[in-house]
Amino acid sequence: MPAVSKGDGMRGLAVFISDIRNCKSKEAEIKRINKELANIRSKFKGDKALDGYSKKKYVCKLLFIFLLGHDIDFGHMEAVNLLSSNKYTEKQIGYLFISVLVNSNSELIRLINNAIKNDLASRNPTFMCLALHCIANVGSREMGEAFAADIPRILVAGDSMDSVKQSAALCLLRLYKASPDLVPMGEWTARVVHLLNDQHMGVVTAAVSLITCLCKKNPDDFKTCISLAVSRLSRIVSSASTDLQDYTYYFVPAPWLSVKLLRLLQCYPPPEDAAVKGRLVECLETVLNKAQEPPKSKKVQHSNAKNAILFETISLIIHYDSEPNLLVRACNQLGQFLQHRETNLRYLALESMCTLASSEFSHEAVKTHIDTVINALKTERDVSVRQRAADLLYAMCDRSNAKQIVSEMLRYLETADYAIREEIVLKVAILAEKYAVDYSWYVDTILNLIRIAGDYVSEEVWYRVLQIVTNRDDVQGYAAKTVFEALQAPACHENMVKVGGYILGEFGNLIAGDPRSSPPVQFSLLHSKFHLCSVATRALLLSTYIKFINLFPETKATIQGVLRAGSQLRNADVELQQRAVEYLTLSSVASTDVLATVLEEMPPFPERESSILAKLKRKKGPGAASALDDGRRDPSSNDINGGVEPTPSTVSTPSPSADLLGLRAAPPPAAPPASAGAGNLLVDVFDGPAAQPSLGPTPEEAFLRFVCKNNGVLFENQLLQIGVKSEFRQNLGRMYLFYGNKTSVQFQNFSPTVVHPGDLQTHILSLAVQTKRVAAQVDGGAQVQQVLNIECLRDFLTPPLLSVRFRYGGAPQALTLKLPVTINKFFQPTEMAAQDFFQRWKQLSLPQQEAQKIFKANHPMDAEVTKAKLLGFGSALLDNVDPNPENFVGAGIIQTKALQVGCLLRLEPNAQAQMYRLTLRTSKESVSRHLCELLAQQF
Amino acid sequence: MVWIRFILIQNRAGKTRLAKWYMQFDDDEKQKLIEEVHAVVTVRDAKHTNFVEFRNFKIIYRRYAGLYFCICVDVNDNNLAYLEAIHNFVEVLNEYFHNVCELDLVFNFYKVYTVVDEMFLAGEIRETSQTKVLKQLLMLQSLE
Repeated sequence: MPAVSKGDGMRGLAVFISDIRNCKSKEAEIKRINKELANIRSKFKGDKALDGYSKKKYVCKLLFIFLLGHDIDFGHMEAVNLLSSNKYTEKQIGYLFISVLVNSNSELIRLINNAIKNDLASRNPTFMCLALHCIANVGSREMGEAFAADIPRILVAGDSMDSVKQSAALCLLRLYKASPDLVPMGEWTARVVHLLNDQHMGVVTAAVSLITCLCKKNPDDFKTCISLAVSRLSRIVSSASTDLQDYTYYFVPAPWLSVKLLRLLQCYPPPEDAAVKGRLVECLETVLNKAQEPPKSKKVQHSNAKNAILFETISLIIHYDSEPNLLVRACNQLGQFLQHRETNLRYLALESMCTLASSEFSHEAVKTHIDTVINALKTERDVSVRQRAADLLYAMCDRSNAKQIVSEMLRYLETADYAIREEIVLKVAILAEKYAVDYSWYVDTILNLIRIAGDYVSEEVWYRVLQIVTNRDDVQGYAAKTVFEALQAPACHENMVKVGGYILGEFGNLIAGDPRSSPPVQFSLLHSKFHLCSVATRALLLSTYIKFINLFPETKATIQGVLRAGSQLRNADVELQQRAVEYLTLSSVASTDVLATVLEEMPPFPERESSILAKLKRKKGPGAASALDDGRRDPSSNDINGGVEPTPSTVSTPSPSADLLGLRAAPPPAAPPASAGAGNLLVDVFDGPAAQPSLGPTPEEAFLRFVCKNNGVLFENQLLQIGVKSEFRQNLGRMYLFYGNKTSVQFQNFSPTVVHPGDLQTHILSLAVQTKRVAAQVDGGAQVQQVLNIECLRDFLTPPLLSVRFRYGGAPQALTLKLPVTINKFFQPTEMAAQDFFQRWKQLSLPQQEAQKIFKANHPMDAEVTKAKLLGFGSALLDNVDPNPENFVGAGIIQTKALQVGCLLRLEPNAQAQMYRLTLRTSKESVSRHLCELLAQQF
Repeated sequence: MVWIRFILIQNRAGKTRLAKWYMQFDDDEKQKLIEEVHAVVTVRDAKHTNFVEFRNFKIIYRRYAGLYFCICVDVNDNNLAYLEAIHNFVEVLNEYFHNVCELDLVFNFYKVYTVVDEMFLAGEIRETSQTKVLKQLLMLQSLE
């Protein structure tokens, strides 16, 4: 018992503690404690007045018993009595008992406060500190009410001892945190700021904490602290390692005070005063320079203290985000740490670099360390370090390195700790979507995710890939092919079955031409997975089957057989049973036309910023946001450490009845606007002003996409999304425009109008807006619809323009887009035999009737996709016409009110050269040229 | 706002040698925190960092012989500053108890609180000079 031999204090206490320690069992301990409690109770109740020493000893024993985890229901009064003792040791035990066993017993609180009041007034610094510490430890509102007004006075009084000032400053801080309303600002605040100049470094240390806390709520009142903090910091940073004596820690002058001063400065923007700013920049440079000097000691304490200041300096540099030179230097310094032998430093460097990656000045410098970071992801032993490496890769990702980073993350995923798999999956999904240059890569990436970590691929992720595939026609054929291949694997994850089922149900027709993936093959592949799947997946597959009946009438009999089977029709699960019954009936009673309408391809999903991002944020919780902040930092935010706005915790999911596949993500645009209420809109807190819309094509690209497609997203930015759904027959068309407000703020004076470019001579389209004017207000998260009726009078080259104007948060917004109405929309496909084709081809042999283009392929050369595009373009595809089976020929008639224009086309792909030759022949020169141009841009 | 949420000293077996709370927790919550901290800290080895994410906070910890000294702070607070604050505290204890050992903390638990209050108050670092703290502790020691 080393402590007892030290001879001070309470022998009885030491004996009691020894007894407890010697107890062999819990029962023995309880027995010993009960004996002691009985003894103490009898002493307290006894007639004989106890002396101070005994009282102190017994109270201390009670405290010990309490700290062992036992309830104490007496002794409070005796503890309060100790407070008024004149002896320090007795008073100290009294205060300790009160601090540990806080009890808002009203009667006692009055007595306690009384004792505190006396000690605060005692002018005995030891007693004053005890009282202040008690207030700081308890921090209750009652104490705040009693003392909040006195403490500022003690803090700034000229005759207060330094130690009292230290305690008073922090005591006040505690009361202010607990009940800010109780601490009156006043004349003392100015004097508190001047404590930064105090001779006693301990007083400064305590005062900085108080000022940092107070200035957050009243920045203007404490503004003078900036220059004082800078000059104090400057004096510390430039002092020699021994100047500060007591406050030098392993040759580092006042490390904690430096850190606190640097944190205080992070409450403010860079100093306005040029001299102050110059001095501060000098300080920051000095710290960076010192990091390069050889260490003054080999002890880890030395380097830790030095680096504590360095990291805080870097935080301040990042907070200012205005000194490119310092940012790059900081980045280089952290780069050195990435390979340091201390795990702590590697960890902190990764963490700190994450925030540097979000500054435009240092983003490129951070990127140069990509190989080291990837290596860290592969080799670090501590999972938390690997996690920081993953965060940093995510933060440094941009278009230039996305493929490398995504593939490294995918590789890491195969061996990643279970705890962080879901997060990695989300990150990969976001990066793949954000930086996809071609969608086939995106689809591959997501399917890889499902393959590698299917269990961790949440609904948000696989819903998202379906939404994107549905909305981007140029990836649909590829997606169908890829899922078809993925499903070949003998064991594939159920999420793969879901994605595969949905995609084949929608776009299986795009690969049905290949005998290896003919409709019956697709069906039997899916159905081979059916029985092992959960109810939800089986329900989805049933919907795929009914879609197959529409897409591939030849599968009807087989599928009806499946639906009719007892295992479906009498399934115990009501959802499955209902689907089987309804689909069977639907397929039997509905005409082909009705079936085609009911089971039409899903309309594009309203585009909004990824719900995966919101999910990732929810997962990480506050604090880690800096690592995830993928946009450039919002300049209006002062919070360098990435404080997070509250994330939406609930996402209401409407259940559109049209949602056959149970994909309850977002309502299709065809749904009435009301169902796209604000509740469904995920507030995207990531979307900084500079962020790009995800996978967002330029308006021109979007326009070109519509040449072969009637439905989709025409335009999208942070505020607005415009979706299009259209149909054309003969020379007439109807177009639905869906305007979605992506923000949570109402758009005002919303007015979309259609205008014809040029003068009357080019006025070739007659458009009538049939609906009443679109409502002038569009609520946050809401969608409004506009219908256009279109009639093509004669052939035309320039599309009409859609001009949208509105006010968002007071600022006028205007945009003009080409309406996706091109001459080929009025194509009527014409089937003809080879002989007829060649005859007509010859008839159109005048040089001006032909237009030809030879061009490089911009997309993978996939015959199925090409076929789909040509069909989408509007012409009929003629088989067995061209002697070369690789080539495509088509025919059709452009229908206008004034005239009809016959068109023949031939497309010759050259896979080796990755080139195409496209030839158009029509009876009208301008039409040939125009069609040729439009179509050539599609491949 | 950044401040220390709690300081814990535990041994490998999970026995608490000091618990100092700077935030209101009820007794059950305190017990849960103590157990959780023990669980996350004791599984780590010397090659790991001295930092662990903990709920919405982080624990900065350091092991001395059989004792873990743990400080819980906000995630964006300065890791190394608290890591060295722990060491500074340990050096003071060592000096004060003349080669401190676990038993000193058991038998003199009421003095350890005094040491803590000298160096940390209201969840903030109060005094960092070992000389000043020890001088004050010796002065208090001499009082009756």
